[in-house]
Amino acid sequence: MKRIALLGMPNTGKSTLFNRLTGSSARVANWAGVTVDLASAKILLGGHMAEMVDLPGIYDLHGFSDDEKVVRHFLEAHAIDVLAVVVNATQIERQLPLVLQARSLGLPLVLLLNMADAAKRHGMQVDTARLAARLGLPVVMISAKYGTGQAEALRVLAHSLDAALEIGPARHAALKSVLSDDVRIERETAEMMAEAVTQPLLLPEQVSDRIDRLALHPWLGLPLFFVAMLVMFQAVFWLGAPLQQGLTGLFDQLRQSALEPLAAVLPDFVRGLLLDGVYAGFVTVAAFVPLIVLFFLFMALVEDSGYLARAAFLTDALMGKLGLDGRSFVMVLMGFGCNVPAVMGTRMMRERPLRLLSMLVIPLSLCSARLQVFLFIVSAIFRPAQAPWVIFGFYVASFATMILTALLFRGRFRNTEPFVVELPPWRVPTLRQVWMRGWLEVRHFLSRATRFIVLGVIAIWLLTNLPAGATPGSVATLAGQLGTLFAPILAPIGIDEKLTVALLFGFVAKEVMIGAFAVIYGLSGDALAHEFARNMNWVQAVSFMLFTLIYTPCMSTIATIKIESRSAAFAALSVLWPLALAWFTSFVFYQGMRLFIGG
Amino acid sequence: MDSDIRLLSDLAPGQQAVISAVHADEALHQRLVALGFRIGRNVLLMRRGRWAGPLQVRLGATDVMLRRAEAGLITVRAA
Repeated sequence: MKRIALLGMPNTGKSTLFNRLTGSSARVANWAGVTVDLASAKILLGGHMAEMVDLPGIYDLHGFSDDEKVVRHFLEAHAIDVLAVVVNATQIERQLPLVLQARSLGLPLVLLLNMADAAKRHGMQVDTARLAARLGLPVVMISAKYGTGQAEALRVLAHSLDAALEIGPARHAALKSVLSDDVRIERETAEMMAEAVTQPLLLPEQVSDRIDRLALHPWLGLPLFFVAMLVMFQAVFWLGAPLQQGLTGLFDQLRQSALEPLAAVLPDFVRGLLLDGVYAGFVTVAAFVPLIVLFFLFMALVEDSGYLARAAFLTDALMGKLGLDGRSFVMVLMGFGCNVPAVMGTRMMRERPLRLLSMLVIPLSLCSARLQVFLFIVSAIFRPAQAPWVIFGFYVASFATMILTALLFRGRFRNTEPFVVELPPWRVPTLRQVWMRGWLEVRHFLSRATRFIVLGVIAIWLLTNLPAGATPGSVATLAGQLGTLFAPILAPIGIDEKLTVALLFGFVAKEVMIGAFAVIYGLSGDALAHEFARNMNWVQAVSFMLFTLIYTPCMSTIATIKIESRSAAFAALSVLWPLALAWFTSFVFYQGMRLFIGG
Repeated sequence: MDSDIRLLSDLAPGQQAVISAVHADEALHQRLVALGFRIGRNVLLMRRGRWAGPLQVRLGATDVMLRRAEAGLITVRAA
């Protein structure tokens, strides 16, 4: 029996055409030499039966993706009488090269220009006669969708099949030699991969399936995921806290034994700026680096194992009700590291409303910079046994603000984006892989942090020490005046003048905030923590942290949102809405608790 | 023959079928094909998410999750 194969790029309507030409008679079969099943059907063409095979869509006959190999192996192993190349007429410029590649195989060829209807709508005209003459093969305009040109296509195919009779099997040998280079490259690649490249360890299917039975369990899946996250945060704390204390002690010693004697010769103003400004601010932030490193290492571990994709599966139903999808949830989790890459990650969504809604929600996720502020305040105010639970509570609060925001705005950003995502098998991430990913994130964090922090703490020191002669940190200073200016707004939520200055700088980058505390109070290390605890009760502290959690994305995030949304109005919304929500949340909490405990 | 044609979204966990048609618009069609939803391929429904959540289906060695709405665009017949 004669055989016709359909070749074309993905998205050319090739399979639609195949369905149309063969009716519902298609059968799937194993073909020698290829690893996947291909659809084929018998059709009546010009008086004899012929078999039509639908090849996988490929971009390059000489390429090395799985589908491209399948097509090549099929052509090598099976005699083809006519190769019908399907081209999307609206993208003919990009797709013609595949036709020319196919022509060099030496097989009888027919070119079917599909989507004639769309091409016509776009005002495109194709001179098929001239194209046919130039290519030296028959060209037919068709529309697989509407069936136009179908009769003509069948006639041309039948004619080519008849003509193909005269060509002998010598042709097959010629074809093999055309493809032999690619086959050699494939073989060499495989050999080198086996010899020199170790790929991440994929768990065998049975093991992966067994883990999924637990991780994606209808009832246990979601609770398990949150327990895993809680354990991860506990581990970060447990491993990181001693490191942080050690580092703080080291910085204090360095200051007392070396920096203070050295700086003694400097004028008071300069010494204050350098030691109480730059140094105090910088070391307060630097002490948190071990915690941030651990956090990112654990996040890399969770991501590389394949658990994040499971999280998308588990949460999609819930996210769907919020007008989002499982991918938005994954982006929110990424946002716990840093909001900026998470906002950029929304690029994988195609519909603008879904992207915008995700971008509105992501900055509410408790990023590592905010975590650092909370870790400082919580360890100053709460007992060590309470601290992890308070931190966990802020993650819950973070989710709550996102859910509220999505519920309020889902109507404005309505979308019908399809949710079709690959679920990768479970992997055992190698240490090296986790380290590399974690390190990349940490480096990014550090470069951002140092850039803002040094400038930020200098500015804050100046604000809290100028004009000259004013008592540092008092209401007479510029900072004090700023604090007084904002007092009518911030006093009702329990935020005093000193913290107001920290908030103003937190707008630039949240990393600056604890550096700002150090400068504002003129203290660092344990002394700063004690002063902090003396200055505010736990209700004020929580109110301040709630405000910090929500109030506005940092400047980098706002800039990213502006670029990604290409809308200044949307960027403004992403600042103003959280600001309003933050104030309202803190107000309700602070005043509510004062009523409740009579503070 | 016609009676065993139904939607991918109707399969029960552990049930296998053969894809017979994909009724998606161009962009989604391309995405589905890239993930392996080709006519004639075997598809195994692994599990259905809770609260009308997504479906997990297996195509060869690839697992894909998709919502019921998208699975409703794919017709299958008995394997």
